[in-house]
Amino acid sequence: MIHSLLAVYYREMLIMRRRLTRLIPSWSVSPLLYLIAFGYAMGKHVAIDGHSYMEFLIPGLIAMNSMTQSFAIASEINIARFYWHIFEEIQAAPVNDLSYVAGEVLAGITRAILSTTVILILGKIFGVNLSCNFMFWLGVLLNSFVFSSLAVGLAMLVKSHGDQVLLTSFVITPMAFLGGTFFPLENFPVWGQNLIHILPITHAAKAIRAASLGNTPQISSYIVMAATGCLFFVISVMCVKKAKD
Amino acid sequence: MIKVENLNKIYKSVHALKDINLHVKKGELFAYLGPNGAGKSTTIRILTALTNPTSGSVSINGFDIKNSGFSFKSNSIKSRQQCGLVPQSINLDQELSVYENLTIHGLLFRMGKSERNKKIEELLSYVDLSSRKESLVKELSGGMKRRLMIARALMHSPSVLFLDEPTVGLDAGMRRKIWGLIKKIQQQGTTIFLTTHYIEEAEFLADRVAFLDTGTILVVDTPSNLMSRLGTWALDRLIEDKMEPIYFNNREEANNYIASQNESFTLRRVNLEDAFLSMTGKKVK
Repeated sequence: MIHSLLAVYYREMLIMRRRLTRLIPSWSVSPLLYLIAFGYAMGKHVAIDGHSYMEFLIPGLIAMNSMTQSFAIASEINIARFYWHIFEEIQAAPVNDLSYVAGEVLAGITRAILSTTVILILGKIFGVNLSCNFMFWLGVLLNSFVFSSLAVGLAMLVKSHGDQVLLTSFVITPMAFLGGTFFPLENFPVWGQNLIHILPITHAAKAIRAASLGNTPQISSYIVMAATGCLFFVISVMCVKKAKD
Repeated sequence: MIKVENLNKIYKSVHALKDINLHVKKGELFAYLGPNGAGKSTTIRILTALTNPTSGSVSINGFDIKNSGFSFKSNSIKSRQQCGLVPQSINLDQELSVYENLTIHGLLFRMGKSERNKKIEELLSYVDLSSRKESLVKELSGGMKRRLMIARALMHSPSVLFLDEPTVGLDAGMRRKIWGLIKKIQQQGTTIFLTTHYIEEAEFLADRVAFLDTGTILVVDTPSNLMSRLGTWALDRLIEDKMEPIYFNNREEANNYIASQNESFTLRRVNLEDAFLSMTGKKVK
């Protein structure tokens, strides 16, 4: 199993290495714009819970970015599947479903961790020093585990690359803005807060923010992320079977 | 080697394969000839466990491949290691190099590093791509990509090689080059299952040919037997915008017929297209 997992992961890493000079600027543009527009221009004189808005924003951006970047492997899988037919090459090899999903999920996590590093560097340029402790990285890791697992499952279910784009618009984009990434959830009415707490991104934003600002994050957030990630992972393994035919 | 019994495949309302029975012998080059949509690729997809059959059984070297795809069963892994697949569409990683594509295949088939590297060197020389080892796939010509796909399918030394329309879209010169390569692979003991809609490809390469039309096998025989059923020579005559062939056992008979008629004819040897046409009433292409 480990051989197949490493083969799938190695393939993704080779492609990522080949594209790295294009990926790093693309990972930087959106966070940079958010930092300039929301953090520097709009939030310059705003303080939340004793922290500058920039300090509040960057962990939220990290949560959002680790979600979108890990989910982005869905597009890669779809392009490989629908346009290049590379999925057939893997299907024809002695690779089981579990190894395939694990390899792709690991690639999604790697992508999320690398893009998080880019945001941390940007944060430093803006003069924000976050505490990148174990709980911070655990939050990033679990968040990307959730969304890369979801990505593999959805990539197997969709029938075209266009469907994938729709899913990103209707599932990922709303979560990116509503999950406590840009503003405190306390600003929402109670029913809205309860609703938003169902989303895994909300737990990721809370955990990553608390850890990076030197506070103690709630363990329940990590448990929710781990449980959701495991659930999506199992569903993804089942979806790979469905992708046949 | 390859044993197919009562194989059926139904896609929603389309009965793509109907009670297919086949037995391909070890070391044989077996061609599956039929027009587009006849069910050739579906058969290959089932034989290589990419698609599940609706009913029937398939075994390769005694390993049942039904439902073996992408699973944990050791039987499935063994059956997959027996097979090499060159699909119809180019499915190489375009952004990776020739070497990287072969390396990934080797890793997927659990080959160790030294074994992998040795095989890559050997196969690149075999398909005449040694000088392009570090080139990106997207920089290769269509013929080079096809040869690379064949090399990739041979990486794990399969005992059966499935070639799904391996020369489609190639010019005549490159097609001949690929045929030479396929013959060479067969001479080294590999069983080859080839689908094609190029008559001359089946004639040149195959030990035996199966005619497939609308999901049904019409006949399985050697190319020479299939052609000799009609005769040796054919005269084509134009009847109402349609070429109608007349068959003769020898050239002399054909010449006598031409002399007795006040029409113009084209004299040629009987080919597999004629055999297919006589059975189905339609051409392969």
